[in-house]
Amino acid sequence: MSDTIVVLPDQATARLPKTNYLNKENGLLSWLLTGDHKRIAILYLISITFFFFIGGALASLIRLELLTPQSDLMATDTYNKVFSMHGIIMIFFFLVPSVPATIGNFFIPMMLGAKDLALPKINLLSWYLYMAAGTLAIYSMIVGGVDTGWTFTTPLSTHYVNTHVITTGLAVFIAGFSSIFTGLNFIVTIHKMRAPGMTWFRMPLFVWSHYAASILMVLGTPVLAIALVLIVLERTIGIGVFDPTKGGDPLLFQHLFWFYSHPAVYIMILPGMGVISEVISTFSRKRVFGYTAVAFSSVAIAVFGFFVWAHHMFIMGISNYAVLVFSLLTMLVAVPSAIKIFNWAFTLYKGSVTFETPMLYAFGFMGLFTIGGLTGVFLGTAGTDIHLTETYFIVAHFHFVMVGGMLMAFLSGIHFYWPKMTGRMYPEKISQLAAVVTFIGFNFTFFPQFILGTLGMPRRYASYPPEFQVLNVFSTAGASILGVGYLLPVLYLTWSLKYGAIAGNNPWQATGLEWQTQSPPLTENFTEIPIVDHEAYDYEWLERQKEKEVASA
Amino acid sequence: MSNHAETEHHIVSPKLYVVIFLSLLCLTGLTVAASYVEMYSFNVVVALGIAIVKAMLVVLFFMHVKYSSKLTKLTVFSGLFTFMVLIFMTLADYISRAWGRW
Repeated sequence: MSDTIVVLPDQATARLPKTNYLNKENGLLSWLLTGDHKRIAILYLISITFFFFIGGALASLIRLELLTPQSDLMATDTYNKVFSMHGIIMIFFFLVPSVPATIGNFFIPMMLGAKDLALPKINLLSWYLYMAAGTLAIYSMIVGGVDTGWTFTTPLSTHYVNTHVITTGLAVFIAGFSSIFTGLNFIVTIHKMRAPGMTWFRMPLFVWSHYAASILMVLGTPVLAIALVLIVLERTIGIGVFDPTKGGDPLLFQHLFWFYSHPAVYIMILPGMGVISEVISTFSRKRVFGYTAVAFSSVAIAVFGFFVWAHHMFIMGISNYAVLVFSLLTMLVAVPSAIKIFNWAFTLYKGSVTFETPMLYAFGFMGLFTIGGLTGVFLGTAGTDIHLTETYFIVAHFHFVMVGGMLMAFLSGIHFYWPKMTGRMYPEKISQLAAVVTFIGFNFTFFPQFILGTLGMPRRYASYPPEFQVLNVFSTAGASILGVGYLLPVLYLTWSLKYGAIAGNNPWQATGLEWQTQSPPLTENFTEIPIVDHEAYDYEWLERQKEKEVASA
Repeated sequence: MSNHAETEHHIVSPKLYVVIFLSLLCLTGLTVAASYVEMYSFNVVVALGIAIVKAMLVVLFFMHVKYSSKLTKLTVFSGLFTFMVLIFMTLADYISRAWGRW
């Protein structure tokens, strides 16, 4: 068996390689016209961080307003706009591209032993579309914003509001194409660009989860695009698809919207689950327990994800029989999610677990995602949903999954792959502190919201009855702790770009192909095309490799 | 790394293209003609049925799916399958919405 202690053998003597993807070419144009998946990933990383902080600023405005029961910080209309833009920016401009477009873009070709993604220009185009969409969204926010909620619910969005629905809708429409291109690129790359010997069941689980998420992106996003175009047509020329007076049905929009937006939840969470598989395996020095089950559970989540969307519509007037069917189907999704959580737990069992920052975030993910997932079962049960839907319970539920789950996974991945991406280590102690602060702040912010929800506090209102104030103050206080937790990584990661310790090729002694090259990698990723002769997460193979290196040195 | 015959392009004769094109025109004519026959709610069914046949002709021959690899066929099918899920599950709501309420 492998060592029980993680040693970092090459760190003391490691030097930054002379040529790498960062310094091969210089100048702004070399970045803006690049086809290199690694550079595009960095472009994406900078852009999504920008949007994350805009979304975060809007979140702090929401929490500040909810500090007091009265609507006093801003007018109620403004509050509606603030939470709508918070949702739109966080979902379409941060969560959906977060892990796939940054870590996925950077590492999927490297994990497969390929030089680049299959379609490099499409990859760059996807970033430009993202930026165009982001600019349009920011523009619509500056000229007055939108107040429909991120769901663009009809008939509110088509008949009753006078805000910038069309501009924002088009922004999301364009962002959708950026996401389709990313997904398409991953699917083609995974099918066609695997190195010799890299069979489907030797691929890291990170690649499997991205494959599943890509299927959802390619098959689901067009439906959202259609739904948004119909909203725009309804507002501009009144085609009447969603208008009962013209023979349409407002609920049809909900069907179309949630047909994408429920799978979108899995677009957001699956890549995060991929990161967690890598991190848990590396820091417990064990192959992921039940590799095949975890791989197939990703695909199962993707498939089941298309059959459950109407659980967002239980109280909206859909058929009682449809409620019954969708409620039952919803329970099915809990199965593959549970397979993942249990298998990660079994991976830890008798492993040599160490507690570096990525692992701390991964533990945060496991706990918070489990709470988020299980409360999802409450909401999927038709009876309890009638009481809990449109309350703060639902807000807490999806923040546990999206922020507690996905954001934790994103930060875990960023810390885990930072040495490979930049060639330098982040400072360990302060980042462990940041992980703990984030976890505490998160629970302070969102746990009280579960209680508020069960007590009946509705979401999307600027004011609330005074008896809810204590829990809301808790939540706002937690949000400020959470804010510190998110600010810290930006500061020390930026600091580490210049002052961090040199990482060396494989600081974590991880097994993936991406760790067997120099850090930061060459533009071509590998000096020669690797031939894969071992399974994923084979730590004994890694030991033998090291012995070989010592022998030949 | 797969270097199968899928990289070779199947060459379709112009004659076949003309036949497909003409049959598409015929089916369009049929759609127009069928709209003049009073079949009550079946008018929609007939129109959609003809449209499906036309779409299949385009996908199979003009888009070369008939001559493509199994992977391409699977890709096309998965799109179709997802679309079917959307339509049938949505219709399941519409059809049963009034049940027990009359």
